[in-house]
Amino acid sequence: MSITLYVPGDAGALALGADEVVAAIVKQANKLKLVINIVRNGSRGMFWLEPLVEVVTAQGRVAYGPVTVADVPSLFAANFTAGGKHPLRLGDIEALPYLAKQHRVTMRRVGIVDPRSLDDYLAHGGGKGLALAHSMQPADIVCLVTDSGLRGRGGAAFPTGIKWKTVLDTTASQKYIVCNADEGDSGTVADRMLLEGDPFCVLEGMAIAALAVGADKGYIYVRSEYPHAYAALNAALAVVGDWLGDFHIEVRKGAGAYVCGEETAMLESIEGKRGIVRNKPPLPAISGLFGQPTVINNVITIASVPDILAQGAAFYCDLGVGSSRGTLPFQLAGNIKFGGLVEVPFGSTLRELLYDYGGGSRTGRPLRAVQVGGPLGAYLPESQFDTVLDYEAFAAIGAALGHGGIVAFDDTVDMAKQARYAMQFCAIESCGKCTPCRIGSTRGVEVIDRIRAGDSAQIPLLRSLCDTMTYGSMCAMGGMTAYPVLSALNHFPEDFQ
Amino acid sequence: MNAILNTIFTKHQHQPGALLPILYDIQHELGYVPEDAVPLIAKELNLSRAEVHGVITYYHHFRQTPPGKHVVRVCCAEACQANGSEALAAHAAKRLQGADVTLEPVYCLGLCSIGPAIQIDETELHARVTPQKFDALMHKLGEKA
Repeated sequence: MSITLYVPGDAGALALGADEVVAAIVKQANKLKLVINIVRNGSRGMFWLEPLVEVVTAQGRVAYGPVTVADVPSLFAANFTAGGKHPLRLGDIEALPYLAKQHRVTMRRVGIVDPRSLDDYLAHGGGKGLALAHSMQPADIVCLVTDSGLRGRGGAAFPTGIKWKTVLDTTASQKYIVCNADEGDSGTVADRMLLEGDPFCVLEGMAIAALAVGADKGYIYVRSEYPHAYAALNAALAVVGDWLGDFHIEVRKGAGAYVCGEETAMLESIEGKRGIVRNKPPLPAISGLFGQPTVINNVITIASVPDILAQGAAFYCDLGVGSSRGTLPFQLAGNIKFGGLVEVPFGSTLRELLYDYGGGSRTGRPLRAVQVGGPLGAYLPESQFDTVLDYEAFAAIGAALGHGGIVAFDDTVDMAKQARYAMQFCAIESCGKCTPCRIGSTRGVEVIDRIRAGDSAQIPLLRSLCDTMTYGSMCAMGGMTAYPVLSALNHFPEDFQ
Repeated sequence: MNAILNTIFTKHQHQPGALLPILYDIQHELGYVPEDAVPLIAKELNLSRAEVHGVITYYHHFRQTPPGKHVVRVCCAEACQANGSEALAAHAAKRLQGADVTLEPVYCLGLCSIGPAIQIDETELHARVTPQKFDALMHKLGEKA
């Protein structure tokens, strides 16, 4: 009888030695003349347990982790292929509080399905949304997405249905769907995990968007730092057959420019140009890729659509708080004990994520600051850890949820140095089109250097510079660099003395 | 080089906005994008040489000179900083002095809760890299080379 094992092919698991563990398992199984079938699934998102090995038994999947090559002989000796007792045995992974307490919607198949198998995707509830969309009028699809309250998960949180409606209402012979998979924010891994662990969901979401607005061509723009996600998407596209009908998708690789996550810079890049931000208007929904009406959505936004179609707008809209509806896959990163992916409805607090899920810092020292929302997100002190996780509550304290990345720092962090880094990152990654961003960032590094050298009279100048960048920049790159800088300055002034 | 370029051009001739995919293929074949290739690419895509040069120099990924035998990227973004990537980057620079290895910073590999992270060549990733682990990896790389 063949034994089925799941060992993630997720980049995080690979970075912790999953391929070596697979090789060791295969070798040992051959030695014991056992027939095994290894599925390379996505990660469950509990990275301290990777590489996580799951065995299919009569009682369901039994997990073991974190497994190293050295553990493999003892696992076989403990008869782990039948769920045998072993110090690394975790039992049913979904019963662990970390997963059991979550409310996974968008990420619900990641870690469970075989990302290379369309059949497995369909067997786990995939495909229903697209099937339904085929029988609906475009305006009704758009209406359903609007009613769900879904907002753009890339960071800007623009209502998805309204964006789609603009594209639907614009007459053109050619329209495009572009999936933004340029997940460049430090601390964010959700797009990568979904692309690697459940790629068909993204394809289905794009195909639904295409039906909704009348597009027949789509692009997925994946950053070059994600080679495994790029491979997973191409592998998925190679086996879709006619599942997507007349809708064709091409995967494009970015080339290491952070600003290409900005939607108009991304369009320029797909067109084969320097990733320079465009003026708005015109909106991409009216004049986007190659000058045609274009839907641009983040990976998580797109991947939320199939279930909204299949289960109805209310199913999604009933989750969340205020005008932040549904769930957000948060990502616990940096100096955190139990780092990983936590998908919950909007409305919990930072403290719950950092301590109830994250278990505090990895080093065991007190957490001093957390940066939420990537390199353009604010640094929050302990006094703000009770802020409710929704778009408006964060905006009210001069912060942003962004793409849901949460990077924790312990009390050894130097916040003036972090502020300097924010300016330096902006200087490296600025597209150069507008002056406040291009030059302001370099001046910002210099001013912070003078402050750190003891010249506190420069602090008003730094504030003035941040003001210019915030209100004078063309896009969020320069416009939001002030968030980490000013939050560091305001909440941790002692580090600037 | 011309034969390689022509094969690549043929592959992409019906692709709108083909410049980046073409540059990727050239770099994949040759390790970098040689200066001599620029006028040929420009002619093929009906662009000016300045436009092609502009794209090559804009993106961090494209090289104008051949890299070392291996490329090692150390993540220097915030999440890895929180776990000591600065010390690792400094260690790496010292360890790789004189080695035929191109050392570069990278801003996020998506391994944010298991940092510091590094990438070796195209697809090999390593997480929770201590200086000791880094040395062991480089030692292994040296044996392979």
